[in-house]
Amino acid sequence: MSRYPKPPEGSWTAHYGLGTAPVSYEDSISPEFYELERKAVFERAWLNVGRVEQLPRSGSYFTKELAVARTSVVVVRGQDGEIRAFHNICRHRGNKLVWTDFPRQETAGACRQFVCKYHGWRYDLDGTLSFVQQEEEFFDLDKSDFGLVPVHCEVWEGFIFVNLAREPAQSLKEFLGPMITALEGYPFHLMTERWFYRGPVAANWKLYMDAFQEFYHAPVLHARQAPAEWSVPAQRAGFEAPYYKIEGPHRVVSTAGIRPWELKEEQRKPMEAVTHSGLFGPWEKPDLPAMPPGLNPSKADPWGLDSFQIWPNFVILIWGQGWYLTYHYWPTAFNAHVFEGTLYFVPARTPRERIAHEMSATAFKEFGLQDANTLEATQTMLESRAVSRFPLMDQEVLCRHLHQVAVEWVNDYQVEKEGAEV
Amino acid sequence: MADRMLPAQFADLEPFAPKWCLGSERERFAARMASTMAEIQTFYDAITPRAEEAIAYCDQFPLDELHLMHLLYSMIMVSYPVECWGQPQVPDTGSVYLDLVAEPVP
Repeated sequence: MSRYPKPPEGSWTAHYGLGTAPVSYEDSISPEFYELERKAVFERAWLNVGRVEQLPRSGSYFTKELAVARTSVVVVRGQDGEIRAFHNICRHRGNKLVWTDFPRQETAGACRQFVCKYHGWRYDLDGTLSFVQQEEEFFDLDKSDFGLVPVHCEVWEGFIFVNLAREPAQSLKEFLGPMITALEGYPFHLMTERWFYRGPVAANWKLYMDAFQEFYHAPVLHARQAPAEWSVPAQRAGFEAPYYKIEGPHRVVSTAGIRPWELKEEQRKPMEAVTHSGLFGPWEKPDLPAMPPGLNPSKADPWGLDSFQIWPNFVILIWGQGWYLTYHYWPTAFNAHVFEGTLYFVPARTPRERIAHEMSATAFKEFGLQDANTLEATQTMLESRAVSRFPLMDQEVLCRHLHQVAVEWVNDYQVEKEGAEV
Repeated sequence: MADRMLPAQFADLEPFAPKWCLGSERERFAARMASTMAEIQTFYDAITPRAEEAIAYCDQFPLDELHLMHLLYSMIMVSYPVECWGQPQVPDTGSVYLDLVAEPVP
């Protein structure tokens, strides 16, 4: 019996026309599919690479390794305040332009111009080649032909996106669409206390997206994170979300929350009462301006979270308790990716608030470790191909959608490519 | 005691200070993983009843890098082994790690 009303079709899965048959995970275990996905998805979709607060002033820059597209980009705030992105390659002999100590590691800093470590070619912050060492010995070299190679770069609500296509099919806002842009007005800019976690995961990137776009697993995999007085009834009840929405390639799940301070002591992890905090966030919410209308669509009270799954590999998760986090899943191979989780709070004003944040961040890692290790266990057995049909239930509707979108984008790419070759 | 790390009213926690007053999550996580459950339990049992007093003490001052704050962060770090896992490591997480690359200071 459902706790929450389902759409008229009887299920979210039927409502969004996704079919109800068991699915294959071939898209997550095939090196050939991954090669297509790299070009069809990651070289054509808008990719979030960071936030404007990472570039506080003119000359601030950071690099982003995009192994999936076999490139690195450097993102920089220019003298004019504009944020631009370039392929991180010197136009002379192809050396990576911006790096520190380890060529494959990301770096960040501030400078007045970029200087190549190899032969000293210099580039202005807008990418113009401004100086060539021993320029007179080159042959008909016109410096204006050798600026840095730009990458399309747009900013939405402080989130910096790049697009590696020669000409993106859509502007960033068109790509995001009304379901995502309904987040506009959320006070992202006030939440500048940042916790940035990163770790490699031995699984296809979509499998980790799946782990955080269904909560069917939560009462089981994470049962021991809470006392039995809580987790046993929770597991018996199972999980239901009151609201799912799918629009284009993007997805949203919204959940109801709890009021931990109203629970009985034996239902809570004791440290939550000590710190007035937990995975869902501090018990005391910061003062925030009015929320944008796109949030808490089911009007849950208490409200848990809204998780915006932004195609292809970016998640913005807004907690009802007045903070947010992002996930990024950066593929490095068909069966591996780098996971990034970033937590954002309104900066703590007092030690007590800071300790509440510490509790939420610590809880985040305990949960994340459990999720990540399970994925390696899934990836290795999917690759056995001993089973190729997997049933998904209605709370897994977003997982079903993600894999369908990946297949669609790859198919569209192949059709376009064949069309171009005729 | 000249080299005391904690305020005098928390002298009872002083024996834990050298090991657990650590300024980064990376160090605190490593200390947890390198400890026995007996060590973790002893620290947890000592600091938890004093936590509210310690938080109230810190709260008299602006946010700063106080040793006592770091000790409270370590209390949170060891609460999972004590309250959930019965071991320092999160169960079934043998082959993963998640580094905290950037964190707020203090």
